[in-house]
Amino acid sequence: MFVRAFVCIVALTLSATSWASPDIQQWTTDNNTRVFYVHAPELPMVDISVVFNAGAARDDEKHGVSNMTAAMLDEGAGSLDADAIATAFASVGAKYSASSERDMAVFSLRTLTEKNAFNTATEMFNTVLSKPTFPADAFQRTQQRFLIGLQAEKQSPQAIATRAFYENLYAKHPYGVMPSGNPESVEKLTPADLQAFYQQYYVSSNALVVIVGAVDRKQAEKIATQVTAGLKTGAPAEALPKVSELAEAQLVQQSYPSTQTTILMGQPGISRDDADYFPLYVGNHILGGSGLVSQLSDELREKRGLTYGVYSYFRPMQQLGPYQFALQTRNEKAQEALQVMRDTLTAFIDKGPTEAELNSAKQNITGGFALRVDSNSKIADYLAMIGFYGLPLDYLDSFNDKINAVTVAQIKDAFKRRVNADKMLTVLVGGETTQAE
Amino acid sequence: MRKLKNLAWLALMLPSLSWAQVSEFDLDNGLKLIVKEDHRAPVVVSQVWYKVGSSYEHNGITGISHVLEHMMFKGTKNLKPNEFSQIIADNGGEQNAFTGQDYTAYFQKLHKDRLEVSFKHEADRMRNLIIDPAELLKERDVVAEERRMRTEDNPQALLRESFNAAAFMSSPYHHPVIGWMSDIQNYDADDLRAWYQKWYAPNNATVVVVGDVDAKAVLDLAKQYFGPLKPEQVASLKPQTEVEQRGLRRIEVKAPAELPYLMMGWKVPAVTTVEAEMAWEPYALEVLAGILSGGNSARFARELVREQQVATSVGAGNSLFSRLQDLFMVAGTPANGKTVQDLELAVRDQIDQLKQTLITPEELARVKAQVVAETVYEKDSVFYQAMQIGMLETIGVDWVEGERYADRVNAVTAEQVQAVAQKYFVDDSLTIAELVPLPLDGRRPTRNSGDAHVR
Repeated sequence: MFVRAFVCIVALTLSATSWASPDIQQWTTDNNTRVFYVHAPELPMVDISVVFNAGAARDDEKHGVSNMTAAMLDEGAGSLDADAIATAFASVGAKYSASSERDMAVFSLRTLTEKNAFNTATEMFNTVLSKPTFPADAFQRTQQRFLIGLQAEKQSPQAIATRAFYENLYAKHPYGVMPSGNPESVEKLTPADLQAFYQQYYVSSNALVVIVGAVDRKQAEKIATQVTAGLKTGAPAEALPKVSELAEAQLVQQSYPSTQTTILMGQPGISRDDADYFPLYVGNHILGGSGLVSQLSDELREKRGLTYGVYSYFRPMQQLGPYQFALQTRNEKAQEALQVMRDTLTAFIDKGPTEAELNSAKQNITGGFALRVDSNSKIADYLAMIGFYGLPLDYLDSFNDKINAVTVAQIKDAFKRRVNADKMLTVLVGGETTQAE
Repeated sequence: MRKLKNLAWLALMLPSLSWAQVSEFDLDNGLKLIVKEDHRAPVVVSQVWYKVGSSYEHNGITGISHVLEHMMFKGTKNLKPNEFSQIIADNGGEQNAFTGQDYTAYFQKLHKDRLEVSFKHEADRMRNLIIDPAELLKERDVVAEERRMRTEDNPQALLRESFNAAAFMSSPYHHPVIGWMSDIQNYDADDLRAWYQKWYAPNNATVVVVGDVDAKAVLDLAKQYFGPLKPEQVASLKPQTEVEQRGLRRIEVKAPAELPYLMMGWKVPAVTTVEAEMAWEPYALEVLAGILSGGNSARFARELVREQQVATSVGAGNSLFSRLQDLFMVAGTPANGKTVQDLELAVRDQIDQLKQTLITPEELARVKAQVVAETVYEKDSVFYQAMQIGMLETIGVDWVEGERYADRVNAVTAEQVQAVAQKYFVDDSLTIAELVPLPLDGRRPTRNSGDAHVR
């Protein structure tokens, strides 16, 4: 299937309106876990997520440990092995998944609310979360799988570029670590490392629970207590260190036998609670965040046919997440495409958007609010974001107002202060023609 | 036998799930409209499906359906290039389009009040497209970049492309949806105009609307905008029937890569090609796919990944809903220290077991439980629901068949799974492809400070 437009990865930078946002209920369990719940009675199913502040930013020297810990929970728990765990979920049609990025480690369960399915699935979910055993044989196999995964990265120019981007953007900051680690570190990991990581971070004070589905408040309270039962209380993870801005422009080039050059450009962007969030979000929407109608897409794709997709996005995190620009183009056009991308950014910083562009962006963002919360899974993602980053519970209710309040002057001011076209990290991965002269 | 009891209640849930309120209308000009009301959220998905895709193409113009899909955003008698996208964006919408072997489809996701915007402009570009030669030249470049990104620089995609070309000789599934590069670089405006003229008409389209709407109101809107469009003499499609395969085909693809990769594919019937009295066969193959790779408890994960450790990852997939005869695919990456040959032998051993020994009642129950649960989960997405209806109608299958999917799977027996294994998993209809990695010659990154090189 070939999708025409490049689908932008605007990671959880979403919008809302006042009239149709879900009714979020929030409380804290006896064991100090915060719970975020939305009642969605229409379908006989429930989505439950448990989120820990235990992403790769917590890896310390053991790169890859957070990711492997998350991947190993269902490889052995209580008295059960991986086969028994997988069979228990599958036998009632339940879906379990684990993922871990830089900030969050997320464990999700989707199950029918029919009693038998629900009981089997939630019990197993709790067992996996609270009693993982990290068996030696499963560990070894998982370790091999991670090493193969790292090898696979090397046959993807985009993965190579992404790694170079994060490593150079963040240098020694924990965000510079790829969640998948690196071969040297992954080879050295032991089950004891995972166990220690689990003991420190998979604790109820460092967790939040998200529940969306056909369960009432009372049931939801029971679920939250039940799925986190057995977790040690522990303590919340400490604040991450501040991110340093880039001191000067930096260029990283890597030769790769591909027909295209992958170009990534960026700098440290914003944190989730950033005061400039709204002007920067709306401004970037116009510049490179709105798919086929963005300025970058117009300049590079529509006017010049240089790329299939170009985008820019802020990825707000606990500390400054990246502001990233990305495209791929045939090798011989790499310098031209990079130049157009830079010129477009520079012009935007200088002139800002027009009133008409701003109005268009506002209509798009606010008019599309209903689409952003039109399914249980999307609502669950929002709850995780609101809970994890400590956003106000009326975040969705007030979002459209905040978008509508943004002015051209605010966008210009925020971009001038926060985005520096002369201090960008640029990563080029591709054919020989992209080598600097 | 706890799991079997689980299945009993799951099966009992089925009737209650057939609540879907679907209405079907035929306009006088031949356009089909299908509306599914789903009032969970104040949104609507609108999709226009055309019966045309890469399997309608012949050599020399491969990929033309896909590039035409791109050109559909490049202006009509009433809109400038890219104005369509801007209008949808200004209405708070999300939009896109996709081309497959058997279909080309356009969609918008909007607040329920904005459906009219979709209909107005979809009707316009159904009949009023302008193919501007200068725009086409640029778009050929864009599609060439798309091909480089998806295929040329992706070793597994390169393998799949060669695999299909080897597995299918006379069937149009031989060529890639995006087209061969030399075809992409040589379409002219008249090629596109002819293709548009041939396939873009109300009597070759299905409009699917799912969301918080009233079916009658949607019909009125459809009559207003699509009703006046003139039908076209739609070309009859040559059958391009695949010749019978007479023996195992084996190919290698050498490409810069780190990891080898294995693909195996057997010719199997789809619901569209199976004989009437054998209608259960494609569903037995669905169950078989679930037995092998339906999640982490299935045989591939349990035996090939965890027990024998011969694969890092390996999956199986059936082609239930294709317009023409298609493949049952197995593909995977060998584990560290294992070869593609080791993995092939292990897969063959799995297939032999299916031929020789009946699957267990627990396994069958597990697959059915997953399917039943999935019919609930997929209702969380209005887009998915619309996709399913549009895709089925466009390949010539009544959308109701989608609603019956779980019933059909539930009717499959262990004996039937064994029967299809014995009948279809034979070497004479098997194609095997191996990705042979060439060195990447990756150098360490070079690093320069200062921006002299990039300005």
